[in-house]
Amino acid sequence: MANYKDLIASQQGKKGGIIEAFHAIQSEYNYIPKEALEEAAKVFGMSEAKAYGVATFYSYLSTEKRGKYIIRMCESAPCHVAGADAVIKAIENYLGIATGQTTADGKFTLELTECIGQCQATPVITVNSEPIFNVTPDMIPSILSAYK
Amino acid sequence: MEEMRILLKYADQINPESAQDYIKVGGYKGLEKARLMEKKALIEEVKKSGLRGRGGAGFNAGMKWSFVPQDAPVKYVVCNLDEGEPGTYKDRIICEKNAHALLEGMAICGAAIGSDQGYIYCRGEYPFIVKLLKNAVQSAKQAGALGNFDIEVRMGAGAYVCGEETALIESIEGHRGEPRFKPPFPGVAGLWGVPTVVNNVETFACLPYILTNGAQWFATIGAAKYPGTKVVTLTGDIVNATYFEVPTNMTLRDVIFKLGGGIKNGKKFKAVQVGGTSGAFIPEENLDTPIDFDSMGTIGAALGSGAVLVLDETRDIVDTVARITKFFEHESCGKCNPCREGTFRMREMVQKVNEGKGTERDLESILLLARVMRRASLCGLGQAAPIPVESTIKHFKYEYMRKLI
Ligand SMILES: Cc1cc2nc3c(=O)[nH]c(=O)nc-3n(C[C@H](O)[C@H](O)[C@H](O)COP(=O)(O)O)c2cc1C
Ligand code: SF4
Ligand code: FES
Repeated sequence: MANYKDLIASQQGKKGGIIEAFHAIQSEYNYIPKEALEEAAKVFGMSEAKAYGVATFYSYLSTEKRGKYIIRMCESAPCHVAGADAVIKAIENYLGIATGQTTADGKFTLELTECIGQCQATPVITVNSEPIFNVTPDMIPSILSAYK
Repeated sequence: MEEMRILLKYADQINPESAQDYIKVGGYKGLEKARLMEKKALIEEVKKSGLRGRGGAGFNAGMKWSFVPQDAPVKYVVCNLDEGEPGTYKDRIICEKNAHALLEGMAICGAAIGSDQGYIYCRGEYPFIVKLLKNAVQSAKQAGALGNFDIEVRMGAGAYVCGEETALIESIEGHRGEPRFKPPFPGVAGLWGVPTVVNNVETFACLPYILTNGAQWFATIGAAKYPGTKVVTLTGDIVNATYFEVPTNMTLRDVIFKLGGGIKNGKKFKAVQVGGTSGAFIPEENLDTPIDFDSMGTIGAALGSGAVLVLDETRDIVDTVARITKFFEHESCGKCNPCREGTFRMREMVQKVNEGKGTERDLESILLLARVMRRASLCGLGQAAPIPVESTIKHFKYEYMRKLI
């Protein structure tokens, strides 16, 4: 795993690049650990409070520890009318957690999202940003069991 | 009426990353031409084409560029690829099919306003498009197609409001994506305080074709006051849930029933929401309206991003609108009161009605709050948030009435 200091340093020259740095951190750690946030604040010359304000503004970024695989269920209107609610329930049942939680083994985190721009094949979920199309409740076990 | 493909003519026939492929089908000719023109004449040509913004506001592109002060030493060209409007994926399609048209369009804008630095702000949900665009820029540079114009791709992080141009600028600067007060407009003081043109992907991607074929050619396509084509995305209870590029004078009915193949599973049409989640719901009787910006305005709707969400006769309008109010509550950035509190209260009241616990008083309060939000919100998010609610109370009031106690 790349060191967060190196990840942040790789974005250092970019004006306003703290969000790019957060992306780089998150792609390795799945969230932004506290030490990494503090380091990023230092490198990009802002207070920790301000950096925290930036990180928490964006729904794609998380300052809380999350699972290895982050499942996001789209609940915007086109996915909603296509049956997103039933899919969320199926995922919650299969994983035994509520939306917003992480499984005890640290494998899956379940989140809601708004439209991810794949509305040709609703309802849509993403697993670590990879979209999966036309999802129905009965597909959930076979989809999720593929993640080891 | 049929599809008319200009931006998507070579979809799936060329590699979107490859400048060579694009050049083989006539690409980068428009930029060559633009570079030989005087800046003023180039802006005039774009103005004359009648090209208007495809990101929602419908502002004349050449006009927008003409506000940029000529003598500023540094200026930026920014492409809005935030595409957060639910039901919309046309900018992704344009990138996946014809990315170089976007790059060429940005460079043409650069030539017109005297800027050599462009930024593409791509939403965080499209990491694969970020990759595609970075490769495309690389390929264009290797082919020498962009000259001294440079393009950097930045990634957003899941905030709908960052599609608003000043919030987008804040986000590129590394801040929370909260809209700025206007004026000053970005054309005068934008990214890092310098003059900045912000245009949508589709707006930029039209420019190579305008330059290559002439403003006159473009001005005669589709609707006279909003000429050209529009890429629309069809979702919901529709047979062909896919994208189409259509001339802007095509009617909604043709989009839904001819291209879209009509309603799925042999059901009947109930409503269509055009322009994404912030758009109005439109009943059957208004379907013979052309999709262009001004015609949609005459029926109290907006073309917006070109998203077309179709609902069949069995759909519960109030339930759908309740979901939409939750979207706005979630996406409100919280900077101004009418929107921060308004979206919260709006969701609360619509949800109450949807759960069968509302009264006629609630409907009145909803409409009053809608007026306040429309007039007093700082940016387009808060101003548009009540539109789905108001338009459905107007056209589908019986759906609300039957849920009241
Ligand atoms: C809440 C909100 C979200 C917006 N989202 C987008 C978007 O995703 N893409 C876009 O091009 N314009 C969006 N806009 C419009 C932009 O502010 C701006 O008008 C547009 O990028 C200008 O480009 P154009 O003139 O080429 O349309 C949004 C506006 C608001 C108020
Ligand atoms: S209208 Fe809403 S999104 Fe826009 S600035 Fe106000 S609170 Fe933020
Ligand atoms: S509405 Fe779910 S992907 Fe667009």
